[in-house]
Amino acid sequence: MKPVYFDNNATTKVDARVLEAMLPFFTEQFGNASSLHAFGAEVGAAVRGARRELQALLGAEHDHEIIFTSGGTESDNAAILSALESSPRRREVITSAVEHPAVLSLCAWLEKNRGIKVHVIPVDAKGRLDMDAYEAALSERVAIASIMWANNETGTLFPVARLAEMAKAHGILFHTDAVQAVGKVPMDLKSTAIDMLSLSGHKLHAPKGIGALYVRRGTRFRPQIKGGQQERGRRAGTENTPGIVALGAAARLAGEHMADENGRVRDLRDRLEKGLLQRIPSCFVTGDVENRLPNTANVAFEFVEGEGILLLLNRAGIAASSGSACTSGSLEPSHVLRAMSIPYTAAHGAIRFSLSRDSTSAEVEHVIEVMPGIIEKLRALSPFWDGSGGEARFNPVYA
Amino acid sequence: MWDYSDKVKDYFFNPKNAGLLADANAVGEVGAIACGDALKLMLKVDPESDVITEARFQTFGCGSAIASSSALTEIVIGKTLDEALALTNQDIADFLGGLPPEKMHCSVMGYEALQAAVAHYRGETWEDDHEEGALVCKCFGVDEGMIERAVRANKLTTPEQVTFYTKAGGGCLTCFESIEEVLARVNADMAEQGVIAAGAAYRVGSIDPRSLKGKPRGAGPATKPAAAAPVSVPLSALAPRQSPLAGLVPPPASPAPLTAVQRIKLIDRAIEELRPFLQQDGGDCELVDVDGNTISVRLSGACVGCQMASVTISGVQQRLMEKLGLPLRVVPVK
Repeated sequence: MKPVYFDNNATTKVDARVLEAMLPFFTEQFGNASSLHAFGAEVGAAVRGARRELQALLGAEHDHEIIFTSGGTESDNAAILSALESSPRRREVITSAVEHPAVLSLCAWLEKNRGIKVHVIPVDAKGRLDMDAYEAALSERVAIASIMWANNETGTLFPVARLAEMAKAHGILFHTDAVQAVGKVPMDLKSTAIDMLSLSGHKLHAPKGIGALYVRRGTRFRPQIKGGQQERGRRAGTENTPGIVALGAAARLAGEHMADENGRVRDLRDRLEKGLLQRIPSCFVTGDVENRLPNTANVAFEFVEGEGILLLLNRAGIAASSGSACTSGSLEPSHVLRAMSIPYTAAHGAIRFSLSRDSTSAEVEHVIEVMPGIIEKLRALSPFWDGSGGEARFNPVYA
Repeated sequence: MWDYSDKVKDYFFNPKNAGLLADANAVGEVGAIACGDALKLMLKVDPESDVITEARFQTFGCGSAIASSSALTEIVIGKTLDEALALTNQDIADFLGGLPPEKMHCSVMGYEALQAAVAHYRGETWEDDHEEGALVCKCFGVDEGMIERAVRANKLTTPEQVTFYTKAGGGCLTCFESIEEVLARVNADMAEQGVIAAGAAYRVGSIDPRSLKGKPRGAGPATKPAAAAPVSVPLSALAPRQSPLAGLVPPPASPAPLTAVQRIKLIDRAIEELRPFLQQDGGDCELVDVDGNTISVRLSGACVGCQMASVTISGVQQRLMEKLGLPLRVVPVK
């Protein structure tokens, strides 16, 4: 069997049609979009085309609301820093406990180096945002609220449209890191109060190194990269035209596959979860199962450690990822699972399977076939597993 | 993924001596599920010869923890208890063809379990000195004795190495200064004994704990205060264990609170130090008012109307925050 790639929330394979679309922009169409001659003009037209494809995917009102960037992290940084710079009297930021480090690390830096107060909104055991805490944090002192559209580890969706409305009532800019949601969740930004949105190309079958920031028309914006008039002076630097063209093509394909993603892929994901839960004792799905991305399954296997699972899966030709400490080089398990108060007995053994439109039923059946043996093998090694699902007696001299 | 040696992989994929040993007469248990790894080492010791005739293990942990445990059982079988006690964690790592530095704690866990098992057999209490006060790292339950043994056995000379070998300091890092003290004390002793060069011995304060936080880490659960109205929490208020981010914000060195006059003097002096730099460019800056954390300054000379004035102001603010160690805001007044 060919290797099974179930780690599409980490990155996706570039679609062949996307690659085909971008290749000419390395060779014949190498011009600088800013140039006045013919070489520049044809490239400029391609960039405009890509911008319109993204506009359509996001349901934005204007194509110039799309700013091309190097990816999700740059977009997140640009949105938050711009908001603080453009409203200097507002010295507070709201975010959630389960954001990507692109947002959380920046917030920690702002708190430490710029004296910005950061409100970190907790989530409940299913990963749902504490709406009361969010509401309580809203005030005239807050410059921006940045809450992700979908969580990368559990796939849990946040009610961003409502959160944006609530922020707007206090004059707060609303930004959402939609890196995982774009292309999987239908969007119509013009009918929402969302002011800014980050997306990344390599999560939707475009290459790494290209992304975009949506900035609603009329939103105060301060460029973080200065140096030229590209992107209407909002993001200096010669355009990454092959990347932009690729992102445009990927956006068009994502739109075309939206129904497949929410139908066939969702069914595959559900089949995978059901198969694992039926065959393996003492495991459960984390996150808000009612309200999440169609492609993501995060299953916590109790009394085993994630790295061992991944090593054995890898040997069986299956790629997934883990919120476990050992795999990341950190010594503590994922901040997302801990924010959800997932017990340590399970957090260390949480595995994320993230499918894509390339995933097949045969791949899902293969994982369902292989996984029980892996968990059984590791549990047989574990001092905490007594075979019944309970915690075996273990009396360490230190703990 | 980790760059594991072939032998580590082999001992993980095909572990030897895994499982329960029913008639074990020496058992050592270390670690905890919350810490991410735990090991139960079971030995059968021949009372006549003191030779370890059988050894088995049960391990919860990553690939290298399972491999280290299995390697340990292979190493000790056939050894007398005294020979086994002479082993170090380095012997386990060497047996496996080396471990990634961040994973050396797996070999230390094996060493500790072996010591505990032998102590159990001999009816001694394995240094169980960790009631609340004796713990150095509360996140991973590491006491001073364990740090000292790892430092001595592996000639560790930096706090980062201590984390790699024992996990101490791998969580919230509030124990950083305690780790430094233990390391410096033990290193000084080792230097005196000629085990390490005097110049290599660690001295307290020679590393900035923030430099240890290179690994990407997210935020922890935002714990709600009990019975209080639901509120968000500031990053710095998250309980240290639960907020890796808190590690980015080292606890302030709680200086004695300044009086208002002392603060103003300090701010004034800091601005005086900055003025020469501005004067070089034909500008100048003077302190106008201090109101709480807001400092009003007046830019003059070439600074007036300069497009870079806002950069200058933020530079002054940055400088003042560094000098005073307080969050401040500098605003220009006309």
